[in-house]
Formats: sequence, structure tokens, C-alpha cells
Amino acid sequence: MSNTMESKVEQKLQVDSREITFTDEKNLLEVIRKAGIEVPTFCYRPNLSTYGACRMCVVEIDGMGVQTSCTVKPQAGMKVSVNTEKTRKIRKMTVELLLAAHDRDCTICAKSENCDLQSLAKKLGVRDVRFPSKYGPGEHHVDIDNDNPSVVRDPGKCILCGACVRVCREIQGTECLSFVNRGSDAEVMPAYNKGLDEVDCTYCGQCTAVCPTGALRIKSDVEKVWNRIMDPKKKVVVQIAPAVRVAAGEAFGLPLGTNTLGLITASLRKIGFDAVFDTSFSADLTIMEEGTELIERLKTGENLPLFTSCCPAWVRFLEQRHPEFLKNLSSCKSPQQMFGSVAKKVLIEEFNVNKPEEEQIKKEDIVIVSIMPCTAKKAECGKEEFITDGQQDVDFVLTTQELIRMINEAGVDFKHIEPEHLDSPFAIFTGAGVIFGSTGGVAEAALRTAYEIITGKKIENVAITEARGLNTVKELTINIDGQDVKVAIVNTLSQASALLERVKKGEAEYHMVEIMACPGGCLGGAGQPPSYKDREIKEKRMKGLYDSDVNNPLHKSHDNPEIIRLYDKWLEKPSSHIAHELLHTHYKNRKRILGEIINLSSAAEGEKVTDVQVCVGNNCLAKGSYGAIDALTKLIKENGLENNVNIRATFCMEACSKGPSVVIDEEHIDGVTPEKIKAIFKEKILSKYAKS
Amino acid sequence: MTEMVKADIKKELEKAAQYVKNTGMRVLVCSGTGCVANGAFDIYDQFLKHDTDVMFKKEKKVSSIKTGCRGFCEQGVFVAVPDLDLVYVKVKPEDVPEIIEKTLQNGEIIERLLYEDPVTGQKIQKENDINFYKNQTKAALANCGNIDPESIDEYVATGGYEALDHVIKNYTPEQVCKEVEDSGLRGRGGGGFPTGKKWNFVRINEADQKYVICNADEGDPGAFMDCGIMEGDPHKLLEGMAIAAYGTGSDFGYIYVRAEYPLAVKRLRIAIEEATKRGFLGESIFGSDFSFKIKIKEGAGAFVCGEETALIASIEGDRGMPMPKPPFPANEGLFGKPTLINNVETFANVALIIKKGADWFKGFGTETSKGTKTFALTGEVNNTGLIEVPLGTKLKEIVYDIGGGIRNNKKFKAVQIGGPSGGCLTEEHLDLPLDYESLKSVGAMVGSGGLVVMNEDTCIVEVARFFLQFTQNESCGKCIPCREGTKQMLHILEKVVAGKAELKDIETLTELAEVVRLGSLCGLGKTAPNPVLSTLKYFKDEYMAHIAENRCPAGVCEAFKLIKINPDKCIGCTKCAKVCPVNAIDGKVKEKHVINQEKCIKCGACLTSCPVNAITEGN
Repeated sequence: MSNTMESKVEQKLQVDSREITFTDEKNLLEVIRKAGIEVPTFCYRPNLSTYGACRMCVVEIDGMGVQTSCTVKPQAGMKVSVNTEKTRKIRKMTVELLLAAHDRDCTICAKSENCDLQSLAKKLGVRDVRFPSKYGPGEHHVDIDNDNPSVVRDPGKCILCGACVRVCREIQGTECLSFVNRGSDAEVMPAYNKGLDEVDCTYCGQCTAVCPTGALRIKSDVEKVWNRIMDPKKKVVVQIAPAVRVAAGEAFGLPLGTNTLGLITASLRKIGFDAVFDTSFSADLTIMEEGTELIERLKTGENLPLFTSCCPAWVRFLEQRHPEFLKNLSSCKSPQQMFGSVAKKVLIEEFNVNKPEEEQIKKEDIVIVSIMPCTAKKAECGKEEFITDGQQDVDFVLTTQELIRMINEAGVDFKHIEPEHLDSPFAIFTGAGVIFGSTGGVAEAALRTAYEIITGKKIENVAITEARGLNTVKELTINIDGQDVKVAIVNTLSQASALLERVKKGEAEYHMVEIMACPGGCLGGAGQPPSYKDREIKEKRMKGLYDSDVNNPLHKSHDNPEIIRLYDKWLEKPSSHIAHELLHTHYKNRKRILGEIINLSSAAEGEKVTDVQVCVGNNCLAKGSYGAIDALTKLIKENGLENNVNIRATFCMEACSKGPSVVIDEEHIDGVTPEKIKAIFKEKILSKYAKS
Repeated sequence: MTEMVKADIKKELEKAAQYVKNTGMRVLVCSGTGCVANGAFDIYDQFLKHDTDVMFKKEKKVSSIKTGCRGFCEQGVFVAVPDLDLVYVKVKPEDVPEIIEKTLQNGEIIERLLYEDPVTGQKIQKENDINFYKNQTKAALANCGNIDPESIDEYVATGGYEALDHVIKNYTPEQVCKEVEDSGLRGRGGGGFPTGKKWNFVRINEADQKYVICNADEGDPGAFMDCGIMEGDPHKLLEGMAIAAYGTGSDFGYIYVRAEYPLAVKRLRIAIEEATKRGFLGESIFGSDFSFKIKIKEGAGAFVCGEETALIASIEGDRGMPMPKPPFPANEGLFGKPTLINNVETFANVALIIKKGADWFKGFGTETSKGTKTFALTGEVNNTGLIEVPLGTKLKEIVYDIGGGIRNNKKFKAVQIGGPSGGCLTEEHLDLPLDYESLKSVGAMVGSGGLVVMNEDTCIVEVARFFLQFTQNESCGKCIPCREGTKQMLHILEKVVAGKAELKDIETLTELAEVVRLGSLCGLGKTAPNPVLSTLKYFKDEYMAHIAENRCPAGVCEAFKLIKINPDKCIGCTKCAKVCPVNAIDGKVKEKHVINQEKCIKCGACLTSCPVNAITEGN
């Protein structure tokens, strides 16, 4: 933050005959907005590359004609007109054209009233669509993709602004979505029109956060939760994640960053939840376990750097893309899952203490709901690792947006309701647990605890300012008891990828790395009300969280008396056997390499069998893998080895540049062109059978 | 590593001249795509089989040579014997023995294989006496059809690579750019931007890497000029690119060529390989410290990839979608580096400009449009094919002198110039000089050079609909005006030709055209409405006839066709009623028959069934 005061050269241009000062705004659109004129756009996102597709932000510039303001660099002396006959015509017609191609069931759309297309149609006064509609009443796109646990993709609502494609590619580096087809058949979809659950989606949901319409939206679990609440047998327990409290108020007109924990607690009770807790408590618990893990790894030097595991999108990303780093991942469950495990084991027992048999809660009747800023948490709670005795540790995850919907549906006057306290036990949390909601918070909380435990000294000033702020990569070094502990803090998965590359190449060395998938950490999560339009939204939420730390008498997780009691009574000590059972997990290589395998020939059972897999992925196919299969089949026949060799066609082996690729009995061989197959057959297959 | 070759252009030229001399009597078999489709390779093989025989008998060396396109495709396969100043047309493989025996061995002319003037009926022996050729000026296409495109010696013998040698030894990059700028050469791909200026933009940009790209993604329906150059004279393109690379400070080039041009790709590959072997491409060209390599990138055939930013995205491995400009490729192009993109024909002019000088080039053309331009002349003219004329040539000279007028003595109606991005020119434009400015002033454009001639039997609304269908299919789908706007324009045009449009549809169509033109992101969208706007301007009556009078003046649109039975002629034989697949014809034996127009599907089955020609089709 040191350079912000540096003076910038001020220049002037004219917007609608008014003189406007500008400095280093990256385009005319930003300058015009600065002038207080809201230029409409569907595709411009300040944090993504400029795409220039929707043509809504057109202006007329003297000497340059009609231009999109998002693509033009401001220049001194420019004369810009925002509303001219031409630009109005273009905007209005563009919206009219979009509406004709749009599934217009607006009244029942999840994005109704939050939809840019709807609001611009209203603002521009589009009252008539003169063109035939692509979708009649009640008609929807045939490919609504509902199988992803976090995200619903509804192409009928897509206006092809490309924001999702860009966020997935540029911010997350996951590239799960792209454009296909041409002309009016163009669509956005995952490769080969696979489902979003069949590709490398991490469930981060940022695509839904930038989607201007209902084409990509969060999968709602509101109805399921209502059903549980309405069921008198069920005891519905809810936990609130740290970042939720500083964003929910935005929907009710409260100032940005207002901490609304008390209001949310009161609202949840009004809605009908039986007990309300704070995930900040289990965040403190996470620090106890993860801090201990860090101390252990620092001691042994093994599996460094330690990667945090709170963010499920990051964990998924690592499992799918970089399983070689799974050993570095902390084995701690995320705070959400720790709360679930503790609630279903400990909370039930504490609830039932001194209660007569008939009032006791049965395990199958307790329902754990999380209110999260995150869509990936919806997928996390369903992972098989988090299912105990056939029951999910956390049953449902609602995003902040869904919480807002429930509050509205229940008719709660959020702004004026009397704030309430959390339920006991576990009603106490520290500031360290609350700052989990911001990028850098986990690292800061962990370092506070690790420092005091290792050195035995009290820290006076707990704030680690280098860990704070919205930068996507932060680095800091802290000397703990003579050892320089190097920490990196990263948000967004594209930056995480870059960091893994650096670590792999030995260009960077860390002891601990905190990684959050969403820009700004959980406060910028896809489950929150949209925050991409203005950097100030994230800054204010962040301030709200750090203020909460300041206002809390406790700043270190190990000082939380409820945490101390929990260990004393139930968990012995951090990293104990029982703590491991409840609070730790394991990870899986979920790399999607082999798709379906096609058996081309099958050897008789019991024979000495050689297994041959030939890649028929796009690249190998183009380089002649079919020819290789043909040649190989012929050779096998010629040599009478039909009963000894299994040939199977497989999908991409990820060695495309060296293809065609073949695996013979687990040995990977590259460059297997039809011409080379004879030599390879001789060496690798025929030689095995020649002796016998 | 192979040893570095230091090419010496003088020695190369001597060697090449000797090579060409050794070919003896040259029998040129046109092997452009059109002639290949008509069996050119078979003819070539036939000659090859007989070559040795001929040689022994007459002790005279005869070589048959596969050349690129001679331009007059509809008369193919062309076989030319320059030593005899003779050209045969429409040659079939079975004619070869006769040609060898009579013409090659005894110098006899085979009348049957000579070109016959469609007007005078006269047989013509010399190519330059044929009207189609007589009125052309060949520069970019000069070698096409005369040399073997697969032999580098044949190109060098024409003075090839001298220009490259000359600039490397005598010019600074700045001088190269200036010479090209002085020549007045403008982009031949359609935009018409001054080439030298473009080069200079790239030159003055300092960067660790710069690229030269040749845009060979010729996608206009009916255009095949670039194809002709690449198939017929690939080295001319390579030399132009190398000079451009020297002038702009680049050492790596791409040729982005459609995969649908396999012959062009093959010949380019051979040319690159040979040029590299000789040291005209690769490291230390002509012993200097200038290096230039060229890679071929085959495009998958998306029309939009001819747009330069989409083309760049495609080379980078992305989906071919245009990006907003600025930044222009000259500043941030391929892989973010300064990049020069020119069209095939633009590069093909470069070596000539260097060799013959800017003043020579300026000798052709008009005040603002210098040099010659190739056009693909197609449609309803007598002579169709690939032509080259000075810019500023009048439309009527092309249609009537080169094209030989309208086929079957029909009336000239219009010319669609510039493909789906262009507009139509009518009778009132026959005296219009074809140059960048004149065409723009009447709502058309040079475009890449497609010229489709239409006669009175062409429905102009149907033409507009055809082009809109094309642009809608080829729109990349990125920006809304192009993706959705062209779709709705197409929909309205479909209504017009189907007889279902109303007057207010024309208003909407005009408004849509305006928004698509002004609002689209790239050239494809911005120019997509041109065929509609220009036909609306010059043929509004024809649109109105479809809408208000329920008729298609050209008698093309199915919806307005009426099949009637002339009651005076009908003999009541019932044949028509029997063949009608939808039972639309009523009538008893020996009584007059009548067609129920509500039921009639205009299949025309009855027309041929009538023994007395009582049934007619009309508007």
C-alpha cells in the first residue's frame, strides 16, 4: 500500500460536454463511470481481460466514430458522447436481440431481480421483441446441467458474454468452460459437452459469481433445509462461517462490511433453526491441529511446505491436477467439516446430558447445516471421506445468497431485528478464528499459535500486516525461536498453479503456504453477494473481519477456553488419536486421465497375458494411433498370439506432444507410429513368448 | 546439423538457367486445382510415359511440366507449348498420344483442341490472342502457368530471389519499408491499408521477437486468387515474406493456409524445404546475419480466421475469435509480439516492386490505388477464371472484354464484388473504375477480389439471403450484433423469398443492418450487412415486388411460382393429374384440367407429363 500516494499525471477529456479528469484508468469505460455515468455492459469485468463482445458500452468519439468504451484507452482531449442516436439504437437493439434468443421465464428464474439482462431491458425501455423467440413459454434448453453439486448450467439463459470462460481460465486456471459452434448456434460448455461434474471443475463457483444472467447459478439447497426445519423430529443445527457476517448485510442496505453475526443468529432462530453456532469456533480448533502439524513438520523437515486445507476448491484442484503435492496438504479437515464431526459426536452428547431418555436427541435426527460464503463447501460435505456411519457429517450447505433468500422468504426484518447470542456450548471464538474469512487469515492465526507454543513467549502485537490485503500473492518470513519460517499466502488457483510450478522447479522454498481459491479469500467467495464490480466491497468486508478480531478479547486460538475445555473433556490434546479420528482426513488422486477403456481384443484367461493400451485421444489419433492398432493386431495374428495379448484403446495419457502413446504392461512408450510398431512388437511382446 | 549454405544468387541463377534450358521443349500442363479436377495429372502422366520415346526419335528433349493455374479454368485442362506459341484447351488424357505424334513430333496443329471464340467462332492458337488473356496485365500471376511450382530452379530462372539478395546487401530495413510505401501498394486482402506503412509500424516497434504472418485463409465463396498464387508460384510468396521479415526485423514467419487447399499446402512445403536447402530461407541468408524461417499452419476452415486477430488466436492454439483493436497486431500480435500480417497477393507483389522499382509499380492503377489486382471472375459470363488487371479497370472491361459478356445472350443485371463483405454493382456502375475508393463510394469493396456476375435470371433478394446465410453460419458468435443480428436479418430475408414478409419487415431489416454494421466487433460483422444494404439500395423494387406484389421478378423464388394449365391447349388426357404427387390437379377425362394452387407444391412433375405443352410455369 506504499505506492498509492505517488502522484499520477492528471489529464482531461470530455464526456457529454463535461470535462472529466483521468489518470491511469485502463479504459474509457472506467473514466465515464468515474464521471457518474453508468455505462451499461454485460461482458466487462474489471478483474478479467477485456473481451469487447456485448457492445453495450458503445460511445461515439469525435474522429473515431462508434467505439466500445471498454476497449479504448482514454486520451487527453477526447470528445466522448455516451448517449447518441447511434449508441442508443445499438444498445436497445442488442438487448432486443438477446431477449429473442433468451429463455425468458424471468418470473421464476433464480436470478430474477439480480439479472443484468432483465435490469438493462427495463432501464433501456425495451417493450417489444420483434423477432421470433428461440424458446416458447415453458420451453428450456435441452442441456440443463444439474449434476454438479455446486453449479447449475442452463445454456438457455446464456448470453455468451464469456465472463465464466475468462474467470475459469484467467483467475482459476482451470479452463473447464469454452466456446463451441458458430453463428447463433454458439454456446459455452465444457469440453465435448460433458457435465460440469465430469471435468476438472473445483466447484469454486466463480463462474456463477460473474454470470450476468441465470445461465450459471448456484445449486440451491434451500428447499431441502426448509423441509428439515419443518420436520418436528429433527434438531436442525446451523453454523455460520466467518465471511458470511460481513457480506449478508449488503442485501439489506447495511453499510459495506457491517458485522451482522448477531442479526444472522437472530434471523436463523426466527426461521426455525434449533441451535446456532459459529464456524469461527471450529476455525480455532483447526489452528490447534494445523498449528501442531506445522510445528511437527518444522521439526522433522518433512513434507514442507505445509499447504493449508481449509479451502475445498483448492483441495479439489490439488487432487485433480497436482496429486504429487497431496503429501504437502495438511491432513486437517476444514473448519466446516471439523464442526460437523464434533457436532455429531460431542454436541449430541452434551445436548443429552441430564436429559430424560425421551428428550434425548438421536444421532439420525440431528441435521447440521452450514451457512458458507462458498459453493465448493456443498461438494465438500458430500465427499465419501466425510460420511460417518452412512451419514454426512455436515448435511447441507447454504451459501450467503441462499441465507438471504431464506431470510426474505421468512419475512424477517433483518435490519431491525434484535441481535442475539450464539448457542452454548462452543459459543466462544477468538479473533484468530474470524479472520479465516480473509486471505492471509489462516496463516496469521496459525503463526500466532505456533509462535507462542514453540517459543513459550506471549506476543504483544498480534497483527501480522504482511499477511493482509487483497494482493493475490504475499510472502513473509517470521523468525520463530531462531528459525526463519517462510510463509506464502496465495489467493486464486491460477496463482496457486504458478506457485506450485516455482516450488517444483526449486525456485521458491516455503515452510507454509496458505491457499484460497477465491479472490480475496472466503470473503470473495462465490456464495457471497456479487463483489466483482467494485474493489471496495472486498476491502470493506476484509476490514469488517479484522475489526472483529480487534474487538474480540481473544486473539489466539489456543486461548479459547471452549477449545481448552473440548480437549480436556473429549479430545485429550492436539494430534491425539481421538483428535485424528475426528478432525483429520486423507486425500485421493482424482486425476482424470483415463476415460472409458475400449477392449479391442481379449486374450483367453489363464494364459500369460500382455496388456497393451493404445491411446486414441485426439492428438494420438491424428498422429496415427489407429494405424498402430491395425498394425499391431495384424502382427499378433501373424504370430498366433491372439490368446496372449490384450489390446485396449484408451483415452488421453497426457503425453500428447510425444504421441502416439502406448502402454505395454505398465511401460509407457512414446512415438509409436505404425512404422515403428513392428520393432516395438518384437522387442516388448514377441520376445516374451519366443522362449516358451 | 546440416552445414550452413551460403547462397550466391549469381551462381544460382546460372544453374537455374541451365536447368530450364535442359528442359528443352516445354509442354506445360496446367495443374491448378480446376485442371487437376479435370484430369490434369492423368494427362501429365501420359506425357511422362511418352517423353523418352519422343526424345529418342527426334533427338530433341521434350519435358512435360506441371504448372500452376493459367486462370481460364472453365477451358481446362490447358496444355501449352511456348516454343510453338500454342495452347490447347479442354484436353483429355486420350488426346495425349495425338498431341505427341502430331504436334510435338511434327509441329502439326490439332484444330479440334484449339480455343474457339464464342462470338466469332474463330479458332485461336496463341494464348494472347484470346480475349480473356489479351485484356489482362499479369504481374503477381506472371509466373503462374508458366513455371513448375515444385521446382525452385524454375523460379530462380525468372530472376527469383534476386530481390531478396538485393535488399539484404543494399537496403536498410527502413529503406525496404520506404520503397514499398513509395510504390503505393495497399493490402490485397480487402482492407486496402498501405502496406509500407504497416511494415513500418512493425519495424519501429522494438521487441525481442517479431513475426511475419501470411494470411492465406481465403474463405470468400467463389474466391481462389490466393490459391492460384500459392499453387502456381509459391516461391514468390516466400520471397515476399522474407523481404518483409528483413524490412520489419522479424526472423520467424507463419503461413496460415486453409487445410482445404491441400495442393497449395503441398507446394508450399516443397518450396520452403527447397528454399531452405538453397540458403534462401533459414539461418544467415545469403551469408548475412539475417535469418528467417517459415512454418505452415493449416487452418480448419473457419471463415472468421481470415480476420487477423482471430487468425492470431488460431495460430496460438485458441478458438479463432477476433479481439478488439487496438491493440493492433503491429504492436501486440502473435504471442503478444509485434506482428506483420499481409495477404498472399500483397506479398506476391513485393519482390517485383523491389526488382522493378516503386515507379514501375506506380505505372499501373489510379491515383490512390496502384498496381494490379487479381480477381476471381465467376457467374454468368462467358469466360470465367482467375484474372489480373490494373486497379481502376472499368467493370465493363472485365465483364465484356475479358469475361466475353453474359452467357446465352442474357441481360447483365449486377456484379457482386468482394464476396459476403462486399456489395453489388449494377448497370449504372459499368463505367466505374474498380479501385478502393470508387468501390467504397458506392457501398461495395474490393474485398479479396471475388467477382460474381449475375444476369436477369438472378433474384437479388435470394443473393442477399445466400450471403447472409454464409455470414451467419460463419459468425464466430462472440459479439451480439453479428451473432444474433445476422440471424434475424437472415430470418427476414427468408420471409421475403418465401412470400411471407410484410412492409414493416424491411424497416426492421434496415435498422438491423445499421446496428450490425455499426455495432459488430470485427470486419466480418461490420461488413455482413453490405450485400443487403447495397441490394436494398439498387434493387428496392425487387424487394417490394416480393412483398407487395407477391412475385419474384427473376422467377427464381419457389414460393411465387405458379404452374398453370392453358385451358385452350388442354386435351383432358389426365396424365398430369396422375403424376401429381399431392393430387392438386382436378379434372375429368376429356375435360379441361385445373391446378389447385393451394395444394400445388411446384414440383413440376406435371410440366413434363403434358403431351401438348399445355402446362406452363411462371410468376
